[in-house]
Amino acid sequence: MNSTPTPPQEELTKLYELLVRVRQLDIAAVRWQRQGIIPGYAPLLGQEAAQVGSGYAVDTARDFVFPTYREMGVARAMNVDMVQYMATHKATWHGGLYDPAATHLAPIQAVVAGSVLHAVGWAHGQTLAQHEPVHGAGTGVALTYFGDGASSQGDVHEAMNFAAVMKAPVVFFVQNNGWAISVPTAAQVAGGAVAARAAGYGMPSLAVDGNDVVSVLAATRQAIGHCRAGNGPMLIEATTYRLGPHSTSDDPGRYRSLADEQAARSLDPVQRCADLLRTAYGTGDDYFESVFADAEAEAERVREGLESLAPRPGADMFRYVFQETTPALQHQETTWREESEHV
Amino acid sequence: MSEQTAEITAPDLAGTGSHLEHLSMQQALNRALAESLEENAKTLIFGEDVGQLGGVFRITDGLQQRFGADRVFDTPLAESGILGMSVGLAMAGFHPIPEVQFDGFAYPAVNQIVCQIGRMNYRSRGTLPMPITLRVPSFGGIRAPEHHGESLESLFAHVPGLKVVSPADPHQAYHLLKHAIRRPDPVIFMEPKARYWQKGPVDTADGGTLEGARVARPGRHVTLIAWGAMVARCLQVAELAAEDGIDVEVLDLRWLKPIDTAALAASVTRTRRAVVVHEAPRTSGLGAEIAALVTEECFNVLKAPVERVTGFDVPYPSGDLEDEYVPNIDRILFGIQRVLEHRRG
Ligand SMILES: Cc1ncc(C[n+]2csc(CCOP(=O)(O)OP(=O)(O)O)c2C)c(N)n1
Ligand SMILES: [Mg+2]
Repeated sequence: MNSTPTPPQEELTKLYELLVRVRQLDIAAVRWQRQGIIPGYAPLLGQEAAQVGSGYAVDTARDFVFPTYREMGVARAMNVDMVQYMATHKATWHGGLYDPAATHLAPIQAVVAGSVLHAVGWAHGQTLAQHEPVHGAGTGVALTYFGDGASSQGDVHEAMNFAAVMKAPVVFFVQNNGWAISVPTAAQVAGGAVAARAAGYGMPSLAVDGNDVVSVLAATRQAIGHCRAGNGPMLIEATTYRLGPHSTSDDPGRYRSLADEQAARSLDPVQRCADLLRTAYGTGDDYFESVFADAEAEAERVREGLESLAPRPGADMFRYVFQETTPALQHQETTWREESEHV
Repeated sequence: MSEQTAEITAPDLAGTGSHLEHLSMQQALNRALAESLEENAKTLIFGEDVGQLGGVFRITDGLQQRFGADRVFDTPLAESGILGMSVGLAMAGFHPIPEVQFDGFAYPAVNQIVCQIGRMNYRSRGTLPMPITLRVPSFGGIRAPEHHGESLESLFAHVPGLKVVSPADPHQAYHLLKHAIRRPDPVIFMEPKARYWQKGPVDTADGGTLEGARVARPGRHVTLIAWGAMVARCLQVAELAAEDGIDVEVLDLRWLKPIDTAALAASVTRTRRAVVVHEAPRTSGLGAEIAALVTEECFNVLKAPVERVTGFDVPYPSGDLEDEYVPNIDRILFGIQRVLEHRRG
């Protein structure tokens, strides 16, 4: 996809600013974990272009996105509130505190491959709704994220098959970041390419350089357009690299060498976008410095927001189990209040 | 505090001398796995990240290096695949010791566990035994993400053809794991992940009896029945209650299927009062089964209905609310108080 035309300056700067904001927030979050501000975090370092480029292509008015636990960059590109998003990593609420119905970002998903089928269901719902045209031209599209590791799960294969058979408007977005915790892609996907599997399900696919934000954006727009026009699902495999640990409790030194990591660093997606801005539009240092400062300031605002985020009251445990609660649950809540002296 | 109490009340093994070691549960389990691999060439360990990494909890640390990638290997990321393949390997004469990385990720494998592992012996009229030991880091207490703190014991105990066991301390972990691996039937081995790093005495030579329950602390006034991580908490409660002159017996159930009814009956016949403590939600939790068994066995001597101190009927919460959910010392003491104060109307 090297032939992808360079986007207009305005768009390229927007992409770059998002990349830097995501990069700095991600780095900050790892620091906050070390400082005890949040108990854990799953860094996306190295995957910024794959996430920003794809998330940026979404029409948040009518599309719906199904993330995993590592899609902070997608959420940021969709303008989801970052304090409410990061609340999941502060152990405030598992799914995050943002409103999935309003933001069109499904709750953060901890089960590997857990929401890929949901995307198919949501997308088929769009097809059904299209039969009475409520959405205007073109259908809403589901964009579902998963990893090279997740591609081994049966649910992913079921999802691809359902979507293809039902012509559901789903973009399957695979971030092949080289690793599933300690297991390299080669030990997960024979042949190494998830994209190659799409053909077997009867759907087209795109293999894209996941560290090139411009290519990722173009590919995602193409796939969304394909789905929107009623042509059924499409798969994108974005090849990238998880530069950081799997999570803040992981120790990559046990399974990969520093040389591996150093080699991958040369593909830095943020640097590549900066280089493109310089060569295509002659962008100067002042701009880059101010973007960096803005990103740092944003990360700082998120830290302040997180630090002042109080734990949810214990009553929330009982409040959201059902729409219509049960007498047994009410009784348990009463006992809990009495015994925990939270009256 | 928790470590201290557990050590004070751990079986007094001093004096037997040479085989006594001070190990964490992680070390004890790792040792038990290594010795099982040595003992039986048909044993295999596999799952997600169990090879080079040694598992996310390091329970399989060093085993692939030592026994090779035929015996200890990473699989693709698919729990149904891991457990379904275990069935075929067992049919081929192997003794699989699969790992599911966290409790909540056993759910994708439930179809294979329930519909296949639990009934292949039955279906084949005993000709295809399933000597599978499924290790599952279990229960809560580590402020982890969603699905990393669940208690699946009643789900598994409900399935015909499965046995379920959970160790409470390093000594139990070492012996129960080796014992489970030697059994010809499928065993779900639930490891209390919150206790992986606490050290305790392990007598590698003498495991004592490994079937049934064990009295972790004798007492006269009330029996606390628990398993896994809740045993240590109940021992703490017993220490505190002793200050008020309440003599608490702690029964470590160990086997959640089959349940040691005789041990339950013997204990409660002495104390005449029982409180079951578990992390799992209350409704249809194992506490209900235990209450029924105690009532059947001890109806005439019981001074009070069996109390249940459990998690709530809610999804296991995020870290901030974890301490509100998992039975804590106060809630267990309230349970004890209720059975002590109960008067027949
Ligand atoms: C069903 C399930 N099994 C296991 C896990 C534990 N786990 C969390 S992330 C992960 C690796 C996922 O790898 P991949 O799909 O490539 O995504 P990445 O982490 O690289 O973004 C594993 C095994 C899980 N969360 N869910
Ligand atoms: Mg991956």
